[in-house]
Amino acid sequence: MDDSLIARARRRQAYWLVLPVIIVLAAIAGWPLLRTIWFSLTNAQLSDMGNSQFIGLANYIGEAGVLRDGEWWNSVRNTLFFAVISVILETLLGLGVALLLNTPSRIQALLRAAVLVPWAIPTVVSAKMWSWMLNDQFGVVNAMLQNLHIISSPLAFTADPHLSFPTIIMVDVWKTTPFMALLILAALQLVPEDCYEAAHMDGVPRWRIFRYITLPLIMPGILVAMIFRTLDALRVFDLIYVMTSNSHVTKSMSVYVREQLIDFQQVGYGSASATLLFLIIAISTLIYMAGTRSRMEAN
Amino acid sequence: MKKNIWGVIGFYAASLVVLVYALFPFYYAIISSLKNGSALFSTSLWPAHPSLANYIAIFKEQSFGANLTNSIFVAGGVVAFSLGLSMLAAYALGRVSFRGRGTLMLCILAVSMFPQVALLSGLFELIRTLGLYDSLWALMLSDLIFTLPFTVWVLVTFMRDLPKEIEEAAVMDGVGIFTLIFRIFLPLLWPALVATGLLAFIAAWNEFLFALTFTLSNDERTVPVAIALISGGSSFELPWGLLMAASVIVTVPLIALVLIFQRHIVSGLTAGAVKG
Repeated sequence: MDDSLIARARRRQAYWLVLPVIIVLAAIAGWPLLRTIWFSLTNAQLSDMGNSQFIGLANYIGEAGVLRDGEWWNSVRNTLFFAVISVILETLLGLGVALLLNTPSRIQALLRAAVLVPWAIPTVVSAKMWSWMLNDQFGVVNAMLQNLHIISSPLAFTADPHLSFPTIIMVDVWKTTPFMALLILAALQLVPEDCYEAAHMDGVPRWRIFRYITLPLIMPGILVAMIFRTLDALRVFDLIYVMTSNSHVTKSMSVYVREQLIDFQQVGYGSASATLLFLIIAISTLIYMAGTRSRMEAN
Repeated sequence: MKKNIWGVIGFYAASLVVLVYALFPFYYAIISSLKNGSALFSTSLWPAHPSLANYIAIFKEQSFGANLTNSIFVAGGVVAFSLGLSMLAAYALGRVSFRGRGTLMLCILAVSMFPQVALLSGLFELIRTLGLYDSLWALMLSDLIFTLPFTVWVLVTFMRDLPKEIEEAAVMDGVGIFTLIFRIFLPLLWPALVATGLLAFIAAWNEFLFALTFTLSNDERTVPVAIALISGGSSFELPWGLLMAASVIVTVPLIALVLIFQRHIVSGLTAGAVKG
Protein backbone atom coordinates (compact mmCIF):
# COMPACT_ATOMS: atom_id res chain seq x y z
CA MET A 1 0.00 0.00 0.00
CA ASP A 2 1.38 3.40 -0.94
CA ASP A 3 1.24 5.59 2.16
CA SER A 4 2.00 8.88 0.48
CA LEU A 5 -0.70 8.22 -2.09
CA ILE A 6 -3.28 7.91 0.70
CA ALA A 7 -1.90 11.00 2.40
CA ARG A 8 -2.16 12.95 -0.83
CA ALA A 9 -5.72 11.81 -1.38
CA ARG A 10 -6.56 12.81 2.20
CA ARG A 11 -5.15 16.28 1.64
CA ARG A 12 -7.25 16.68 -1.50
CA GLN A 13 -10.32 15.55 0.42
CA ALA A 14 -9.50 17.93 3.26
CA TYR A 15 -9.98 20.95 1.01
CA TRP A 16 -13.42 19.71 0.00
CA LEU A 17 -14.38 19.11 3.62
CA VAL A 18 -13.43 22.61 4.74
CA LEU A 19 -15.04 24.22 1.71
CA PRO A 20 -18.67 24.28 2.97
CA VAL A 21 -17.74 26.16 6.16
CA ILE A 22 -15.57 28.60 4.21
CA ILE A 23 -18.29 29.25 1.63
CA VAL A 24 -20.95 29.80 4.30
CA LEU A 25 -18.75 32.15 6.34
CA ALA A 26 -17.64 34.07 3.26
CA ALA A 27 -21.27 34.51 2.20
CA ILE A 28 -22.76 35.52 5.54
CA ALA A 29 -19.81 37.33 7.16
CA GLY A 30 -17.10 38.23 4.63
CA TRP A 31 -19.38 39.54 1.89
CA PRO A 32 -21.67 41.57 4.22
CA LEU A 33 -18.59 43.16 5.82
CA LEU A 34 -17.30 44.25 2.41
CA ARG A 35 -20.76 45.57 1.48
CA THR A 36 -20.93 47.52 4.75
CA ILE A 37 -17.58 49.13 3.96
CA TRP A 38 -18.79 49.92 0.44
CA PHE A 39 -22.08 51.40 1.73
CA SER A 40 -20.06 53.63 4.06
CA LEU A 41 -18.73 55.37 0.94
CA THR A 42 -22.22 56.03 -0.46
CA ASN A 43 -25.34 57.95 0.48
CA ALA A 44 -27.54 54.81 0.58
CA GLN A 45 -30.93 54.90 2.34
CA LEU A 46 -32.61 51.88 3.90
CA SER A 47 -35.76 52.17 1.78
CA ASP A 48 -33.83 52.05 -1.50
CA MET A 49 -30.43 50.49 -0.93
CA GLY A 50 -29.75 49.67 -4.59
CA ASN A 51 -30.04 53.27 -5.67
CA SER A 52 -27.12 55.14 -4.14
CA GLN A 53 -24.25 57.35 -5.18
CA PHE A 54 -20.57 57.10 -4.35
CA ILE A 55 -19.68 60.07 -2.18
CA GLY A 56 -16.15 59.17 -1.08
CA LEU A 57 -15.24 59.78 2.53
CA ALA A 58 -17.98 62.34 3.13
CA ASN A 59 -19.71 60.08 5.66
CA TYR A 60 -16.51 60.03 7.71
CA ILE A 61 -14.89 63.44 7.43
CA GLY A 62 -17.52 65.51 5.60
CA GLU A 63 -19.43 68.46 7.03
CA ALA A 64 -21.91 66.07 8.71
CA GLY A 65 -19.49 63.15 8.94
CA VAL A 66 -19.35 60.64 11.81
CA LEU A 67 -16.00 61.92 13.02
CA ARG A 68 -17.49 65.39 13.53
CA ASP A 69 -20.55 64.12 15.38
CA GLY A 70 -20.35 64.73 19.14
CA GLU A 71 -22.95 62.00 19.67
CA TRP A 72 -20.63 59.42 18.06
CA TRP A 73 -17.71 60.41 20.28
CA ASN A 74 -20.07 60.29 23.25
CA SER A 75 -20.95 56.69 22.37
CA VAL A 76 -17.26 55.81 21.91
CA ARG A 77 -16.51 57.23 25.37
CA ASN A 78 -19.47 55.41 26.91
CA THR A 79 -18.44 52.10 25.36
CA LEU A 80 -14.80 52.39 26.45
CA PHE A 81 -15.77 53.34 30.01
CA PHE A 82 -18.28 50.53 30.07
CA ALA A 83 -15.76 47.98 28.79
CA VAL A 84 -12.92 49.00 31.12
CA ILE A 85 -14.94 49.35 34.33
CA SER A 86 -17.13 46.29 33.87
CA VAL A 87 -14.25 44.01 32.84
CA ILE A 88 -12.15 45.09 35.84
CA LEU A 89 -15.04 44.54 38.25
CA GLU A 90 -15.90 41.19 36.66
CA THR A 91 -12.31 40.03 36.88
CA LEU A 92 -11.95 40.92 40.57
CA LEU A 93 -15.30 39.42 41.52
CA GLY A 94 -14.74 36.44 39.22
CA LEU A 95 -11.39 35.76 40.88
CA GLY A 96 -13.05 35.83 44.31
CA VAL A 97 -15.83 33.50 43.21
CA ALA A 98 -13.34 31.17 41.51
CA LEU A 99 -11.34 30.90 44.76
CA LEU A 100 -14.55 30.02 46.62
CA LEU A 101 -15.46 27.42 43.98
CA ASN A 102 -11.97 25.94 44.20
CA THR A 103 -12.20 25.40 47.97
CA PRO A 104 -13.28 21.84 48.78
CA SER A 105 -16.42 21.99 50.89
CA ARG A 106 -19.82 20.40 51.34
CA ILE A 107 -21.52 23.13 49.33
CA GLN A 108 -19.08 23.13 46.41
CA ALA A 109 -21.52 21.56 43.93
CA LEU A 110 -24.35 23.84 45.05
CA LEU A 111 -22.16 26.93 44.67
CA ARG A 112 -21.04 25.95 41.19
CA ALA A 113 -24.62 25.30 40.07
CA ALA A 114 -25.82 28.61 41.54
CA VAL A 115 -23.08 30.55 39.81
CA LEU A 116 -24.14 29.09 36.44
CA VAL A 117 -27.66 30.54 36.78
CA PRO A 118 -26.94 34.20 35.88
CA TRP A 119 -24.80 32.98 32.99
CA ALA A 120 -27.67 30.86 31.59
CA ILE A 121 -30.21 33.70 31.74
CA PRO A 122 -30.65 35.48 28.38
CA THR A 123 -29.35 39.08 28.42
CA VAL A 124 -32.75 40.47 27.45
CA VAL A 125 -34.36 38.60 30.34
CA SER A 126 -31.76 39.76 32.83
CA ALA A 127 -32.23 43.34 31.62
CA LYS A 128 -36.01 43.10 32.14
CA MET A 129 -35.64 41.34 35.48
CA TRP A 130 -33.35 44.02 36.83
CA SER A 131 -35.50 46.80 35.37
CA TRP A 132 -38.37 45.38 37.40
CA MET A 133 -36.32 44.99 40.58
CA LEU A 134 -34.94 48.51 40.17
CA ASN A 135 -38.30 50.05 39.22
CA ASP A 136 -38.61 53.49 40.81
CA GLN A 137 -42.15 52.97 42.11
CA PHE A 138 -42.61 49.27 42.78
CA GLY A 139 -39.05 47.94 42.71
CA VAL A 140 -37.93 45.61 45.47
CA VAL A 141 -34.46 47.20 45.63
CA ASN A 142 -35.86 50.63 46.41
CA ALA A 143 -38.20 49.09 49.01
CA MET A 144 -35.30 47.30 50.71
CA LEU A 145 -33.04 50.35 50.69
CA GLN A 146 -35.85 52.44 52.18
CA ASN A 147 -36.58 49.85 54.87
CA LEU A 148 -32.92 49.92 55.85
CA HIS A 149 -33.07 53.74 55.88
CA ILE A 150 -30.21 53.97 53.40
CA ILE A 151 -32.26 56.23 51.15
CA SER A 152 -35.24 58.41 52.01
CA SER A 153 -36.99 58.50 48.64
CA PRO A 154 -36.95 55.95 45.79
CA LEU A 155 -34.20 56.21 43.18
CA ALA A 156 -34.88 56.13 39.44
CA PHE A 157 -32.05 53.76 38.65
CA THR A 158 -32.55 53.55 34.89
CA ALA A 159 -33.92 57.05 34.22
CA ASP A 160 -31.70 59.26 36.40
CA PRO A 161 -28.76 60.34 34.20
CA HIS A 162 -26.36 60.02 37.15
CA LEU A 163 -27.49 56.49 37.99
CA SER A 164 -28.22 54.83 34.66
CA PHE A 165 -24.59 54.22 33.70
CA PRO A 166 -23.57 52.58 37.02
CA THR A 167 -26.82 50.58 36.86
CA ILE A 168 -25.98 49.19 33.42
CA ILE A 169 -22.51 48.23 34.62
CA MET A 170 -23.93 46.58 37.74
CA VAL A 171 -26.33 44.41 35.71
CA ASP A 172 -23.60 43.46 33.24
CA VAL A 173 -21.29 42.48 36.09
CA TRP A 174 -24.04 40.32 37.58
CA LYS A 175 -24.58 38.51 34.29
CA THR A 176 -20.98 37.94 33.20
CA THR A 177 -19.04 37.39 36.43
CA PRO A 178 -19.89 33.63 36.27
CA PHE A 179 -18.16 33.35 32.88
CA MET A 180 -15.04 34.96 34.35
CA ALA A 181 -15.23 32.79 37.46
CA LEU A 182 -15.48 29.57 35.41
CA LEU A 183 -12.52 30.45 33.19
CA ILE A 184 -10.39 31.48 36.18
CA LEU A 185 -11.48 28.30 38.00
CA ALA A 186 -10.27 26.24 35.03
CA ALA A 187 -6.89 27.98 35.32
CA LEU A 188 -6.79 27.41 39.10
CA GLN A 189 -7.41 23.69 38.68
CA LEU A 190 -4.36 23.42 36.44
CA VAL A 191 -2.04 24.64 39.23
CA PRO A 192 -0.15 21.53 40.42
CA GLU A 193 -0.78 20.50 44.05
CA ASP A 194 2.90 20.16 44.93
CA CYS A 195 3.41 23.89 44.38
CA TYR A 196 1.25 24.46 47.46
CA GLU A 197 2.58 21.58 49.54
CA ALA A 198 6.14 22.88 49.56
CA ALA A 199 4.95 26.33 50.62
CA HIS A 200 2.67 24.93 53.34
CA MET A 201 5.60 22.95 54.75
CA ASP A 202 7.64 26.12 55.06
CA GLY A 203 4.78 27.87 56.89
CA VAL A 204 4.33 30.60 54.32
CA PRO A 205 1.18 32.67 55.08
CA ARG A 206 -1.85 32.05 52.88
CA TRP A 207 -2.02 35.41 51.15
CA ARG A 208 1.67 35.24 50.28
CA ILE A 209 1.14 31.82 48.70
CA PHE A 210 -1.68 33.34 46.69
CA ARG A 211 0.29 36.41 45.73
CA TYR A 212 3.56 34.73 44.77
CA ILE A 213 2.56 31.23 43.64
CA THR A 214 -1.09 31.06 42.57
CA LEU A 215 -1.53 34.45 40.95
CA PRO A 216 1.49 34.30 38.59
CA LEU A 217 0.47 30.78 37.52
CA ILE A 218 -3.15 31.69 36.70
CA MET A 219 -2.32 35.10 35.21
CA PRO A 220 -2.26 33.87 31.57
CA GLY A 221 -5.73 32.33 32.07
CA ILE A 222 -7.05 35.54 33.61
CA LEU A 223 -5.65 37.60 30.74
CA VAL A 224 -7.29 35.41 28.10
CA ALA A 225 -10.62 35.67 29.91
CA MET A 226 -10.24 39.47 30.16
CA ILE A 227 -9.52 39.77 26.44
CA PHE A 228 -12.62 37.74 25.55
CA ARG A 229 -14.79 39.84 27.85
CA THR A 230 -13.32 43.13 26.59
CA LEU A 231 -14.01 42.26 22.95
CA ASP A 232 -17.52 41.31 23.99
CA ALA A 233 -18.05 44.46 26.05
CA LEU A 234 -16.95 46.69 23.16
CA ARG A 235 -19.87 45.25 21.15
CA VAL A 236 -22.46 45.69 23.92
CA PHE A 237 -25.99 46.16 22.58
CA ASP A 238 -28.83 44.08 24.10
CA LEU A 239 -28.46 45.20 27.70
CA ILE A 240 -28.30 48.92 26.95
CA TYR A 241 -31.00 48.83 24.27
CA VAL A 242 -33.45 47.05 26.56
CA MET A 243 -32.71 48.90 29.83
CA THR A 244 -32.21 52.48 28.72
CA SER A 245 -33.11 52.44 25.01
CA ASN A 246 -31.55 55.35 23.12
CA SER A 247 -30.64 57.44 26.16
CA HIS A 248 -27.70 59.75 25.50
CA VAL A 249 -25.97 58.93 28.80
CA THR A 250 -25.63 55.19 28.18
CA LYS A 251 -25.61 54.94 24.38
CA SER A 252 -22.94 52.49 23.18
CA MET A 253 -21.32 52.36 19.74
CA SER A 254 -23.52 49.44 18.68
CA VAL A 255 -26.68 51.23 19.82
CA TYR A 256 -25.57 54.34 17.93
CA VAL A 257 -24.90 52.37 14.73
CA ARG A 258 -28.24 50.59 14.80
CA GLU A 259 -30.08 53.84 15.50
CA GLN A 260 -28.52 55.45 12.41
CA LEU A 261 -29.01 52.40 10.19
CA ILE A 262 -32.52 51.32 11.09
CA ASP A 263 -34.28 54.10 12.99
CA PHE A 264 -32.93 56.97 10.87
CA GLN A 265 -32.59 54.75 7.74
CA GLN A 266 -29.17 56.30 6.96
CA VAL A 267 -27.44 53.20 5.59
CA GLY A 268 -24.43 55.13 4.25
CA TYR A 269 -23.79 57.09 7.42
CA GLY A 270 -24.62 54.15 9.67
CA SER A 271 -22.26 51.90 7.71
CA ALA A 272 -19.48 54.47 8.17
CA SER A 273 -19.89 54.33 11.95
CA ALA A 274 -20.16 50.52 11.76
CA THR A 275 -16.87 50.42 9.85
CA LEU A 276 -15.22 52.58 12.52
CA LEU A 277 -16.51 50.23 15.21
CA PHE A 278 -15.11 47.30 13.25
CA LEU A 279 -11.73 49.04 12.99
CA ILE A 280 -11.61 49.78 16.72
CA ILE A 281 -12.27 46.12 17.54
CA ALA A 282 -9.87 44.85 14.85
CA ILE A 283 -7.09 47.10 16.17
CA SER A 284 -7.72 45.99 19.77
CA THR A 285 -7.54 42.36 18.62
CA LEU A 286 -4.28 42.92 16.73
CA ILE A 287 -2.70 44.69 19.72
CA TYR A 288 -3.74 41.78 21.92
CA MET A 289 -2.34 39.20 19.49
CA ALA A 290 0.96 41.11 19.22
CA GLY A 291 1.02 41.35 23.02
CA THR A 292 0.51 37.63 23.63
CA ARG A 293 3.05 36.74 20.94
CA SER A 294 5.75 38.88 22.55
CA ARG A 295 4.85 37.42 25.96
CA MET A 296 5.16 33.90 24.60
CA GLU A 297 8.52 34.71 23.05
CA ALA A 298 9.71 36.30 26.30
CA ASN A 299 8.91 33.06 28.15
CA MET B 1 -3.94 20.22 59.80
CA LYS B 2 -5.78 22.50 62.24
CA LYS B 3 -8.75 24.35 60.87
CA ASN B 4 -8.93 28.06 61.26
CA ILE B 5 -12.40 28.75 62.67
CA TRP B 6 -12.51 32.31 61.31
CA GLY B 7 -11.47 31.03 57.90
CA VAL B 8 -14.38 28.60 57.88
CA ILE B 9 -16.86 31.24 58.98
CA GLY B 10 -15.51 33.66 56.38
CA PHE B 11 -15.85 30.99 53.69
CA TYR B 12 -19.48 30.24 54.49
CA ALA B 13 -20.37 33.92 54.84
CA ALA B 14 -18.83 34.69 51.45
CA SER B 15 -20.57 31.65 49.93
CA LEU B 16 -23.90 32.82 51.30
CA VAL B 17 -23.43 36.26 49.76
CA VAL B 18 -22.59 34.68 46.39
CA LEU B 19 -25.60 32.35 46.57
CA VAL B 20 -28.03 35.18 47.35
CA TYR B 21 -26.45 37.48 44.78
CA ALA B 22 -26.60 34.85 42.03
CA LEU B 23 -30.04 33.45 42.76
CA PHE B 24 -32.15 36.24 44.21
CA PRO B 25 -32.99 38.08 40.94
CA PHE B 26 -34.35 34.94 39.30
CA TYR B 27 -36.15 33.95 42.48
CA TYR B 28 -37.81 37.35 42.56
CA ALA B 29 -38.80 37.01 38.89
CA ILE B 30 -40.54 33.71 39.68
CA ILE B 31 -42.30 35.22 42.70
CA SER B 32 -43.42 38.24 40.69
CA SER B 33 -44.75 36.06 37.88
CA LEU B 34 -47.04 34.30 40.39
CA LYS B 35 -48.48 37.54 41.75
CA ASN B 36 -51.60 39.04 40.33
CA GLY B 37 -53.28 42.41 40.18
CA SER B 38 -52.26 44.82 42.92
CA ALA B 39 -50.26 42.11 44.74
CA LEU B 40 -47.61 42.60 42.05
CA PHE B 41 -46.75 46.00 43.49
CA SER B 42 -46.31 44.86 47.09
CA THR B 43 -42.59 43.85 46.91
CA SER B 44 -43.28 40.99 49.33
CA LEU B 45 -40.81 38.12 48.94
CA TRP B 46 -43.54 35.48 48.97
CA PRO B 47 -46.77 35.52 46.92
CA ALA B 48 -49.76 35.70 49.29
CA HIS B 49 -52.10 34.16 46.70
CA PRO B 50 -49.98 32.47 44.03
CA SER B 51 -51.75 32.18 40.70
CA LEU B 52 -50.83 31.09 37.19
CA ALA B 53 -52.97 33.81 35.59
CA ASN B 54 -49.91 35.54 34.10
CA TYR B 55 -48.76 32.31 32.47
CA ILE B 56 -52.18 31.70 30.94
CA ALA B 57 -52.46 35.31 29.78
CA ILE B 58 -49.08 35.31 28.07
CA PHE B 59 -50.22 32.54 25.73
CA LYS B 60 -53.74 33.88 25.23
CA GLU B 61 -53.15 37.61 24.87
CA GLN B 62 -49.76 37.59 23.17
CA SER B 63 -48.43 35.40 20.39
CA PHE B 64 -45.99 33.89 22.87
CA GLY B 65 -46.67 30.31 21.78
CA ALA B 66 -45.61 31.18 18.23
CA ASN B 67 -42.55 33.03 19.56
CA LEU B 68 -41.48 29.99 21.55
CA THR B 69 -41.86 27.71 18.53
CA ASN B 70 -39.84 30.19 16.47
CA SER B 71 -37.02 30.25 19.00
CA ILE B 72 -36.90 26.46 19.19
CA PHE B 73 -36.93 26.17 15.39
CA VAL B 74 -34.19 28.77 14.85
CA ALA B 75 -31.91 27.59 17.65
CA GLY B 76 -32.41 23.93 16.75
CA GLY B 77 -31.70 24.58 13.07
CA VAL B 78 -28.61 26.62 13.88
CA VAL B 79 -27.25 23.81 16.06
CA ALA B 80 -27.89 21.16 13.39
CA PHE B 81 -26.24 23.19 10.60
CA SER B 82 -23.31 24.29 12.78
CA LEU B 83 -22.50 20.82 14.05
CA GLY B 84 -22.92 19.14 10.66
CA LEU B 85 -20.70 21.58 8.80
CA SER B 86 -18.18 21.77 11.65
CA MET B 87 -17.74 18.01 11.85
CA LEU B 88 -16.53 17.95 8.24
CA ALA B 89 -14.27 20.96 8.67
CA ALA B 90 -12.98 19.86 12.08
CA TYR B 91 -11.86 16.50 10.67
CA ALA B 92 -9.89 18.21 7.92
CA LEU B 93 -8.48 20.96 10.14
CA GLY B 94 -7.74 18.72 13.10
CA ARG B 95 -6.40 15.54 11.51
CA VAL B 96 -5.06 16.29 8.05
CA SER B 97 -2.05 18.50 7.61
CA PHE B 98 -2.50 20.47 4.42
CA ARG B 99 -1.14 23.77 3.25
CA GLY B 100 -3.00 26.87 4.45
CA ARG B 101 -4.51 25.10 7.47
CA GLY B 102 -3.21 27.63 10.02
CA THR B 103 -4.37 30.57 7.94
CA LEU B 104 -7.84 29.05 7.56
CA MET B 105 -8.10 28.53 11.31
CA LEU B 106 -7.15 32.15 11.93
CA CYS B 107 -9.67 33.40 9.35
CA ILE B 108 -12.42 31.39 11.03
CA LEU B 109 -11.40 32.77 14.42
CA ALA B 110 -11.36 36.31 13.02
CA VAL B 111 -15.02 35.96 12.00
CA SER B 112 -15.99 35.37 15.63
CA MET B 113 -14.42 38.73 16.50
CA PHE B 114 -16.62 40.60 14.00
CA PRO B 115 -18.97 42.99 15.77
CA GLN B 116 -22.51 42.06 14.73
CA VAL B 117 -23.57 45.61 13.89
CA ALA B 118 -20.67 45.91 11.44
CA LEU B 119 -22.37 43.25 9.29
CA LEU B 120 -25.85 44.67 9.68
CA SER B 121 -26.23 46.71 6.50
CA GLY B 122 -24.51 44.14 4.27
CA LEU B 123 -26.52 41.34 5.81
CA PHE B 124 -29.73 43.34 5.47
CA GLU B 125 -29.12 43.70 1.75
CA LEU B 126 -28.26 39.99 1.37
CA ILE B 127 -31.36 38.89 3.23
CA ARG B 128 -33.61 41.17 1.18
CA THR B 129 -32.04 39.95 -2.06
CA LEU B 130 -32.68 36.35 -1.04
CA GLY B 131 -36.27 37.29 -0.16
CA LEU B 132 -35.80 36.15 3.43
CA TYR B 133 -36.72 39.39 5.22
CA ASP B 134 -39.14 38.80 8.09
CA SER B 135 -38.61 35.03 7.98
CA LEU B 136 -36.99 32.63 10.42
CA TRP B 137 -34.51 31.50 7.75
CA ALA B 138 -32.93 34.95 7.88
CA LEU B 139 -32.24 34.47 11.59
CA MET B 140 -30.88 30.98 11.10
CA LEU B 141 -28.53 32.24 8.41
CA SER B 142 -27.27 35.18 10.44
CA ASP B 143 -26.86 33.23 13.69
CA LEU B 144 -24.39 30.92 11.93
CA ILE B 145 -21.97 33.88 11.88
CA PHE B 146 -21.17 33.45 15.55
CA THR B 147 -21.96 29.75 16.13
CA LEU B 148 -19.93 28.28 13.23
CA PRO B 149 -16.49 29.67 14.21
CA PHE B 150 -17.05 28.54 17.77
CA THR B 151 -18.18 24.99 16.93
CA VAL B 152 -15.37 24.54 14.40
CA TRP B 153 -12.70 25.62 16.90
CA VAL B 154 -13.95 23.52 19.77
CA LEU B 155 -14.50 20.41 17.65
CA VAL B 156 -11.01 20.74 16.14
CA THR B 157 -9.45 20.60 19.61
CA PHE B 158 -11.41 17.45 20.44
CA MET B 159 -10.98 15.85 17.00
CA ARG B 160 -7.21 16.27 17.27
CA ASP B 161 -7.07 14.19 20.44
CA LEU B 162 -8.73 11.08 18.96
CA PRO B 163 -6.33 8.13 18.68
CA LYS B 164 -4.59 7.65 15.35
CA GLU B 165 -5.03 3.85 15.45
CA ILE B 166 -8.79 4.05 14.93
CA GLU B 167 -8.35 6.02 11.74
CA GLU B 168 -5.60 3.71 10.47
CA ALA B 169 -7.76 0.65 11.08
CA ALA B 170 -10.66 2.29 9.27
CA VAL B 171 -8.47 3.17 6.30
CA MET B 172 -7.23 -0.44 6.18
CA ASP B 173 -10.83 -1.57 5.91
CA GLY B 174 -11.31 0.81 3.00
CA VAL B 175 -13.91 2.91 4.84
CA GLY B 176 -15.06 6.08 3.07
CA ILE B 177 -14.45 9.52 4.49
CA PHE B 178 -18.06 10.20 5.49
CA THR B 179 -18.40 6.85 7.20
CA LEU B 180 -15.19 7.60 9.07
CA ILE B 181 -16.42 11.00 10.25
CA PHE B 182 -20.06 10.28 10.99
CA ARG B 183 -20.08 6.56 11.86
CA ILE B 184 -16.76 6.16 13.65
CA PHE B 185 -15.68 9.56 15.02
CA LEU B 186 -19.08 11.04 15.78
CA PRO B 187 -19.97 8.48 18.48
CA LEU B 188 -16.57 9.04 20.10
CA LEU B 189 -17.07 12.81 20.13
CA TRP B 190 -20.50 12.59 21.73
CA PRO B 191 -19.66 14.53 24.94
CA ALA B 192 -17.92 17.28 22.97
CA LEU B 193 -20.87 17.51 20.57
CA VAL B 194 -23.32 17.82 23.46
CA ALA B 195 -21.30 20.63 25.01
CA THR B 196 -20.69 22.62 21.82
CA GLY B 197 -24.24 22.00 20.59
CA LEU B 198 -25.67 23.26 23.84
CA LEU B 199 -23.50 26.38 23.88
CA ALA B 200 -24.45 27.11 20.27
CA PHE B 201 -28.11 26.54 21.17
CA ILE B 202 -27.89 29.02 24.05
CA ALA B 203 -26.16 31.61 21.86
CA ALA B 204 -28.83 31.32 19.14
CA TRP B 205 -31.67 31.20 21.68
CA ASN B 206 -30.46 34.44 23.30
CA GLU B 207 -29.60 36.28 20.08
CA PHE B 208 -31.28 39.68 20.00
CA LEU B 209 -29.80 42.17 17.51
CA PHE B 210 -30.39 40.16 14.31
CA ALA B 211 -33.78 38.91 15.48
CA LEU B 212 -34.83 42.48 16.27
CA THR B 213 -33.66 43.82 12.91
CA PHE B 214 -34.60 41.09 10.45
CA THR B 215 -38.13 40.33 11.62
CA LEU B 216 -41.07 42.66 11.58
CA SER B 217 -44.28 40.81 12.32
CA ASN B 218 -45.30 39.55 15.72
CA ASP B 219 -45.60 35.96 14.50
CA GLU B 220 -42.02 35.78 13.21
CA ARG B 221 -40.39 37.12 16.37
CA THR B 222 -38.24 35.01 18.63
CA VAL B 223 -38.73 35.08 22.37
CA PRO B 224 -36.05 37.64 23.35
CA VAL B 225 -37.47 40.16 20.89
CA ALA B 226 -41.02 39.44 22.00
CA ILE B 227 -40.01 40.03 25.62
CA ALA B 228 -38.16 43.23 24.80
CA LEU B 229 -41.14 44.59 22.87
CA ILE B 230 -44.00 43.56 25.18
CA SER B 231 -45.76 46.78 26.04
CA GLY B 232 -48.76 47.83 28.05
CA GLY B 233 -51.25 50.66 27.64
CA SER B 234 -48.46 53.24 27.79
CA SER B 235 -44.71 53.08 28.09
CA PHE B 236 -45.05 53.84 31.81
CA GLU B 237 -47.20 50.87 32.66
CA LEU B 238 -45.45 47.79 31.38
CA PRO B 239 -47.27 44.54 32.18
CA TRP B 240 -44.60 43.36 34.61
CA GLY B 241 -46.48 40.21 35.61
CA LEU B 242 -46.62 39.01 31.99
CA LEU B 243 -43.01 40.01 31.44
CA MET B 244 -41.80 38.02 34.40
CA ALA B 245 -43.89 34.99 33.38
CA ALA B 246 -42.38 35.11 29.89
CA SER B 247 -38.89 35.53 31.35
CA VAL B 248 -39.31 32.50 33.58
CA ILE B 249 -40.61 30.36 30.69
CA VAL B 250 -37.62 31.11 28.42
CA THR B 251 -35.07 30.76 31.18
CA VAL B 252 -36.17 27.58 32.96
CA PRO B 253 -35.33 25.21 30.07
CA LEU B 254 -31.91 26.85 29.70
CA ILE B 255 -31.10 26.59 33.39
CA ALA B 256 -32.28 22.97 33.42
CA LEU B 257 -30.08 22.09 30.42
CA VAL B 258 -27.10 23.95 31.85
CA LEU B 259 -27.37 22.23 35.23
CA ILE B 260 -27.81 18.77 33.68
CA PHE B 261 -24.80 19.20 31.42
CA GLN B 262 -22.72 21.49 33.65
CA ARG B 263 -19.55 19.40 33.52
CA HIS B 264 -19.61 19.26 29.72
CA ILE B 265 -20.32 22.97 29.49
CA VAL B 266 -17.40 23.96 31.64
CA SER B 267 -15.09 21.80 29.52
CA GLY B 268 -16.58 23.24 26.30
CA LEU B 269 -16.20 26.83 27.52
CA THR B 270 -12.62 26.31 28.54
CA ALA B 271 -11.75 24.45 25.32
CA GLY B 272 -13.20 27.36 23.36
CA ALA B 273 -11.50 30.07 25.38
CA VAL B 274 -8.27 28.73 26.82
CA LYS B 275 -7.10 26.58 23.96
CA GLY B 276 -8.51 28.98 21.38
